Amino acid sequence: MSGPTMDDLRRILRDCAGDAEADLAADIGDTPFEELGYDSLALIETAARIKQEWGVTIPDELVAELRTPREVLDVVRDTAVGSA
Amino acid sequence: MSAWITGLGVVAPNGLGAAEYWDATLRGEHGISRIDRFDPSGYPAVLAGQVSGFDSAAHLPKRLLPQTDLSTRFALAGAQWALEDAGMDPAAAPEFGTGVITSNALGGFEFTHREFRKLWSQGPEFVSVYESFAWFYAVNTGQISIRHGMRGPGRVLVGEQAGGLDALGHARRALRTGTAAVVTGGVDSALDPWGWVSHLAGGRISTATSPDEAYRPFDPAARGHVPGEGGAILILEDAVAAADRGATSYGELAGYAATFDPKPGSDRPPALRRAVELALADAGVGPDSVDVVFADAAGAPLLDEIEAQAIRSVFGPRGVPVTAPKSLTGRLHAGGGPLDVATALLAIRDGVVPPTGHTTTTDPAYELDLVFGSPRRAELRTALVLARGKHGFNSATVVRGPHD
Repeated sequence: MSGPTMDDLRRILRDCAGDAEADLAADIGDTPFEELGYDSLALIETAARIKQEWGVTIPDELVAELRTPREVLDVVRDTAVGSA
Repeated sequence: MSAWITGLGVVAPNGLGAAEYWDATLRGEHGISRIDRFDPSGYPAVLAGQVSGFDSAAHLPKRLLPQTDLSTRFALAGAQWALEDAGMDPAAAPEFGTGVITSNALGGFEFTHREFRKLWSQGPEFVSVYESFAWFYAVNTGQISIRHGMRGPGRVLVGEQAGGLDALGHARRALRTGTAAVVTGGVDSALDPWGWVSHLAGGRISTATSPDEAYRPFDPAARGHVPGEGGAILILEDAVAAADRGATSYGELAGYAATFDPKPGSDRPPALRRAVELALADAGVGPDSVDVVFADAAGAPLLDEIEAQAIRSVFGPRGVPVTAPKSLTGRLHAGGGPLDVATALLAIRDGVVPPTGHTTTTDPAYELDLVFGSPRRAELRTALVLARGKHGFNSATVVRGPHD
């Protein structure tokens, strides 16, 4: 299966947690969520949306450790591969 | 220790912002209309005091939109306006030097209704994580505190329609223990279908279909009330701290008291009169000093009579001007008392008693000097504001103008 892209993640973040303080359209792959204005609840919500759209479950303890958008996409890819 | 009110943030069905609301109130403009958020035709009551023209995205950071019920958006906008009105920058104050104490009676009904629909139609995983706090009575206090970095006393008071005055009383208590300023007051909103049946279950809602006839407190034709949404957020500030920073005061929260009614069937009298007497004693004034009473104005014959009896027993028959401008907005739950306090302060400032909307005559047995029809010019210095909540809450505040 193909997982979410960075654009998918931008859409989900904006939709479920509101527009960021920073410019989401920029290259945000390595920008910490804290700088983007997203807190831990925003990431829990994001993980729920990823599960709904792609069927990938990110374990709660991993969600708490995710710091950047790229880490989210990496975890989704690794989790999807691991469960395949 | 004196508690000054230095900022007003009004979100009302007949006006956004204190100036717009006050102009509308003096002109007798109401905000009551047929519910337009859903089709109310299947319900026994169809009229509500709806805030219109409130653009959430214009008043809130976008980040907060997915996590806030409409009532919390009102609270955040009201707090922002009140702080601006007070000329106060909380970021410049010590982190724990200012606090937030608000009242809310209904929680985030509309938000919760939407998430519950997801729960039963799609499953628990589709429910927003923000539902965990968006429904909650304390969320307005929390969101205001977080947004403005006000980390001193943070509390919420829940007392049905009386809780908004209780929040002011507790805010004054926080000033006495060394807090320089408190964002206080209250708002409510529950005009989604689920919220609406909750209003109806309360049993006091007017089923009239004409806005002019639906909510007429103290009128022999009174037939219940219209629920509304909104309220007022106020800045309550230690007088010394306020004077030090050169703030302007609308007036002083001079007295506050709350009582609870005896249980139904008791032979003891209702406790509203006692709340009035205790609030006057707390303010250190007698009935002769009170220039106007802002009534709770239930709009139902038995409750109107209980209030009229309390007022005439303290002030004498037709002994003090009484008014209920809330008849223009509907009853706002936690928002009603704080909005009446804001209205009383503006009335004192401008020397005019705003009229009770829609009431065209009063039952002579009440022996009330009710101001209705048009505003009444009067030199005002001290006002008494009353609020009652279903199941026995009675609260009273005394506010005094800043002259002298």
